[in-house]
Amino acid sequence: MSGDQKNGIGREKVVEIVASVIERVRSSEELSRENLYRELKALHDLIEETRQDIGRTNFTEISGKHIPSATDELDAVVAATEVATSTIMDSCDAIQAESEKMDPHHKEFLMAEVTKILEACSFQDITGQRITKVVKSLKVIEGKVSDLMGILEDKIPGLPMGQDEDRRQGDARLMNGPQLPDKSVSQEDIDKLLADLF
Amino acid sequence: MAVDKEMNVLIVDDYKTMLRIIGNLLKQLGFGNVDEATDGGMAIEMIKQKKYGLIISDWNMEPMSGLDLLKHVRGNNDNVPFIMVTAESKTENVIAAKQAGVSNYIVKPFNAETLKQKMTAVLGEF
Repeated sequence: MSGDQKNGIGREKVVEIVASVIERVRSSEELSRENLYRELKALHDLIEETRQDIGRTNFTEISGKHIPSATDELDAVVAATEVATSTIMDSCDAIQAESEKMDPHHKEFLMAEVTKILEACSFQDITGQRITKVVKSLKVIEGKVSDLMGILEDKIPGLPMGQDEDRRQGDARLMNGPQLPDKSVSQEDIDKLLADLF
Repeated sequence: MAVDKEMNVLIVDDYKTMLRIIGNLLKQLGFGNVDEATDGGMAIEMIKQKKYGLIISDWNMEPMSGLDLLKHVRGNNDNVPFIMVTAESKTENVIAAKQAGVSNYIVKPFNAETLKQKMTAVLGEF
């Protein structure tokens, strides 16, 4: 990506307009206050349009909200699978202990099946490592977006910073998926809320 | 010579789930003296205290990786069989581990049969 594209500015277009103004001033044949004003107005409009485009991009929301939210969700996935895996393995331990009391045929069968379950449980380690890689990548992107934001704010004072609007309609606005552990409401709280409402 | 299943085995992994999985598989293979360490530094301390007949270590750990642990062990002229169990399956990883003196290499995810095969390759039939 070129520097021009990164900044969202059509530099070639700006250069073209400035070159046109300079050329007309140089030739002075077509130079008139009206022509000069028209060219400069076009340049001003183009810069303003670019400024608005950058403002609508909502870089602040990307680095301040979307990426941290995504990393929190992924961390929650790792934690939840770790708890589930631990529970499965506790059950395997219990089955193994119980199998000691059985005849050799049944014991062998149970041990073989428990081994398959334990092997399958290693998915948690692999998925955890993969998700950790994704989280690291997201954090790098977050840092780059913040850097870009700083550059834009320095170079374009008064840049409008838009906020993401929730454009979902009706019941769809209520669909937010599972909540993170520290933000979720317990079954107990919901029971109490329902009891208070009815 | 038959493998002494009473030997001390050290497994090193920062994922407690993996420690449980490998520990359980070793138990099923008849190895009862299994110690666990959750990072390279802890493993080094344990190696100072006890003589191990086999070390099975993860690679991807912090602050000390499995590769650094392997280099430390070999740096002390300890030829204990060392099996690296890892998701790092790139050729350069395998080469680096080999150059550091790894005895064998298991790519995650793995099954009990693979663990047994690699242990047999390192220790002999059991």
